[in-house]
Amino acid sequence: MDLFLDTFFNWQIVQEAWPILWQGLKATLLLSALVVPLGLLGGIILAVLTTFPSPWVKWPLRVWVDTFRALPPLVLLVFIFAGLPFVGVDVGPWGAVAIGFFLNTGAYYGEILRAGIESVPRGQLEAARSTGLTRGQTMTYVVLPQAVRNVLPDLISNTLEVVKLTSIASVVALPELLFEARQAQSVTYNATPIMAAAVAYFILLWPVVRLLSRLENRQLAGRG
Amino acid sequence: MTGWERFTDSFFNARVMAQYLPKIIDGFGLTVVLALCIIAAGLALGLLLALVRTFSIRPLNWLIIFVVDLFRALPPLVIIVLLYFGLPNAGVELSGFVASWLALTLVLMAFSEEIFWAGITSVAKGQWEAARSTGLGFVQTLGFVVLPQALRITIPPLTNRTIAITKGTALASVVAVPDILGAANAGVSFSFNPSPLTLGAIAYLVLFFPVVVLGRWIETRFAWKR
Amino acid sequence: MSTTTGRAPIVEARDIHKHFGHLHVLKGVDLRVVEKELVFLIGPSGSGKSTLLRCLNRLEEPSSGSVTVDGIDMLDPKTDINKARQRIGMVFQSFNLYPHMTALGNVMLALRKVLGLGRAEAEAKAQAALDRVHLADRADHYPLQLSGGQQQRVAIARAIALEPRVMLFDEPTSALDPELVGGVLAVMRELREDGMTMVVVSHEMGFAKAAADRVVFMADGMIVESGLPAEIFADPKHERTRAFISQIERH
Ligand SMILES: Nc1ncnc2c1ncn2[C@@H]1O[C@H](COP(=O)(O)OP(=O)(O)OP(=O)(O)O)[C@@H](O)[C@H]1O
Ligand SMILES: [Mg+2]
Repeated sequence: MDLFLDTFFNWQIVQEAWPILWQGLKATLLLSALVVPLGLLGGIILAVLTTFPSPWVKWPLRVWVDTFRALPPLVLLVFIFAGLPFVGVDVGPWGAVAIGFFLNTGAYYGEILRAGIESVPRGQLEAARSTGLTRGQTMTYVVLPQAVRNVLPDLISNTLEVVKLTSIASVVALPELLFEARQAQSVTYNATPIMAAAVAYFILLWPVVRLLSRLENRQLAGRG
Repeated sequence: MTGWERFTDSFFNARVMAQYLPKIIDGFGLTVVLALCIIAAGLALGLLLALVRTFSIRPLNWLIIFVVDLFRALPPLVIIVLLYFGLPNAGVELSGFVASWLALTLVLMAFSEEIFWAGITSVAKGQWEAARSTGLGFVQTLGFVVLPQALRITIPPLTNRTIAITKGTALASVVAVPDILGAANAGVSFSFNPSPLTLGAIAYLVLFFPVVVLGRWIETRFAWKR
Repeated sequence: MSTTTGRAPIVEARDIHKHFGHLHVLKGVDLRVVEKELVFLIGPSGSGKSTLLRCLNRLEEPSSGSVTVDGIDMLDPKTDINKARQRIGMVFQSFNLYPHMTALGNVMLALRKVLGLGRAEAEAKAQAALDRVHLADRADHYPLQLSGGQQQRVAIARAIALEPRVMLFDEPTSALDPELVGGVLAVMRELREDGMTMVVVSHEMGFAKAAADRVVFMADGMIVESGLPAEIFADPKHERTRAFISQIERH
C-alpha cells in the first residue's frame, strides 16, 4: 500500500513536477482553444454545404465526412506529422494537430450540425425567404441558431471528446499536459506526475460530464 | 523527379508497400482482436453496471456514477499511459496489449453503462407496473419487459459510441503494440519511406469505413424521435 | 366583377403550370388581382391552392407561365428575388414564427437585414406593425409564450412591416382553436379596410361573404369559376362548385 501511495500519490513529486505540469496544462488549454473553433468552423462549412440539394455535392461530402470518421485521429495526425515531411511539407507539431483536428473534428461537428439543420422545420426557411432574406441570411439568423440549440447536448459531448483527444498531441511531441507528465515521470521514476495529469483532466472535465448527464436525462424525459 | 513522382514514390512506393504489407496484415489482425476484446468486455461490464444500478442501492449507485464519470472524463491515452508506464513504477508490469485493452474496456464500460441506464429509465413506469401487476417478479420484469424495449432504443447511440472507442485501438501503438499503426510506424522508420503509413491508413479505412456506414444506416433505421 | 375593372393589376399570373415529378399540380392557371382587391381562393384539398400562392412569390418555381407582381417579372432570372419578395407578404397556416426570437425580433429581422434599417428605425417600425395587430404589449414575448392566435397576428405583423403591395394568406386560421379565429380575421379585415391587396386561401366562408371582392374556386389544378361572393355561394354555375359549397356549408 505504501509503495502504491508512494508511486502514484507522492506529494513531494507533485511539488517538484508542478511547474512543468502547469506549463503542460496551459498548453492543453491553449490547444483546446485552438482546435475546438477550428473543428466547429470545419463542421459549419460541411453542414452548410450539405444543404445544397445536388447529389454532386451531397455524395462527395458524405464520403469525405465518413472517411475522416473512419480514420482514427491518431493515424491522421501521424500521417500529417511524420508522412508529409517526406514530400517536403513539414508543418511541425502544432500545424499537424491543427490540420488533423480540422479534418477529423470538423467531420464530427459537421454530422451533428447537419442533423441540427435537418431538425429545423421547412416552414422556418420558407417564412424567412418569403420576407426577402437571402439563403445565407436565412441560414445565419434563422436556421443555424435553432439547429445549434436542438443539438446542443451533442455539440457539448463532442467538444468534451475533442478536449480529451488533444492528449494525442503528446505523440507528436507537442508539449501539452500528458507529454509533460511523461517527461516528469521519466526523470523522477515515479508515476505521480501522470496521476496528477489524470486528476487535472478530471477536475477540468468532470463538470462537463455532469452537465451532459443532466441534459441527456432531460432529453429522455422529453421523449417518453 | 517531378513533384508528382516524388509524391507517388513517397506515399505509393510499390516496393516498400509489398515489403511491409505482411506486417500491416498482421497488425490488422491484432487490431481486430483487440477491438473485439474491448467490445465484448466493455459492453458486458456496462450492461452489468446498469443492471446493478436498477436495484437502487444508494452507496453502490454513487460508486457506479463516480466510476462512469471518471472514465468519461479521462482521455483514453492518459489511462493507457498510466497503466503501461505508471504501474511498473509500483512493480506491476502489464503488456501494451493488456494495458490498451483494459483502458479502452473501462472507457467503453462507462459510456455504455450511461446509455444502457438511459435506455432502462426511458421505459415508462407503466410498463413496470403492468408487468408487476401480472405477478412477474422484479428480475423477470427487467428481463422480459423492460430490457427488450430499452435495448432497442440504445442501439444507435451504442453503435456510434462503440465505433468511436474501438477506433481508439490505434492508441495501442503508443505502448509498443504492433497493431496497424504500430506496424506502419515501424515500417516507416525502417524503410525511411512513408508508404507503410499509406497502407496503414487504407487498412483502417477498410476496417472502419463499412462500420461507419453501417452506423449511419442504423441511426436512420432506429431513429430516436427527438 | 364590376367592382374590379379599370384598376391596375398588382398580381398577374398567366398560364401557370407546375409539375412535381409526374404529378401535374397546376394546369394552366390565370389569376389577376387588382389594387385593393381581396381575392378569396377556395377548393378541395390537393387542388393546388397552396402551390399557386407559393408560385406567386416563387417559394415554388412554376414549370411554365409568367408571374408579374407590381410590375416586376418574378420569373426573370435578372430579377432580384429577395428585393421582390419584400413587396409580397406571406402568412402561413403554421405561423412559422422564429422560436428563438421575441415577437419584436421576429418582425425586426427582415427590416434590418433586407431593408437594411438601423436598429432604432427598425424597432419603431416593428412596434408600429405589432400595434396594428394589437400586440404592442407582447413585443418581448417569445412565440411559445403566445397563444396560436397571437402568434399568427405576429406573423401578419412580420409581413406587413415590410409594407408589401400584396399579402398572401395560406389558411391562416386552420391551425387555430375556434375561439382564437375571430381575432385573426378581425386583423385581416382591418388590413383590407386600410386598402391592402390580399389573396386568401381559407375555409372561413363567413369571412369570404363579408369581406371578399371575388371568390375563385379551384379544382384539380384549374380555376373552375370565379365571381362575386354572392354569385358563387348562392348560385354557382358549375356542378363541382355547387358540390363543394354545399359540402362546406354543412359543416
Ligand atoms: N413539394 C411537393 N412535392 C410533391 N408534391 C407536392 C408538393 N407540394 C404539393 N404537392 C402536391 O400537389 C398537390 C397540390 O397541393 P397543394 O398543397 O397546392 O394543395 P392545396 O389545394 O393547398 O390543398 P390543402 O387544402 O390540403 O392545403 C397535392 O397533390 C400535393 O400532394
Ligand atoms: Mg394548402
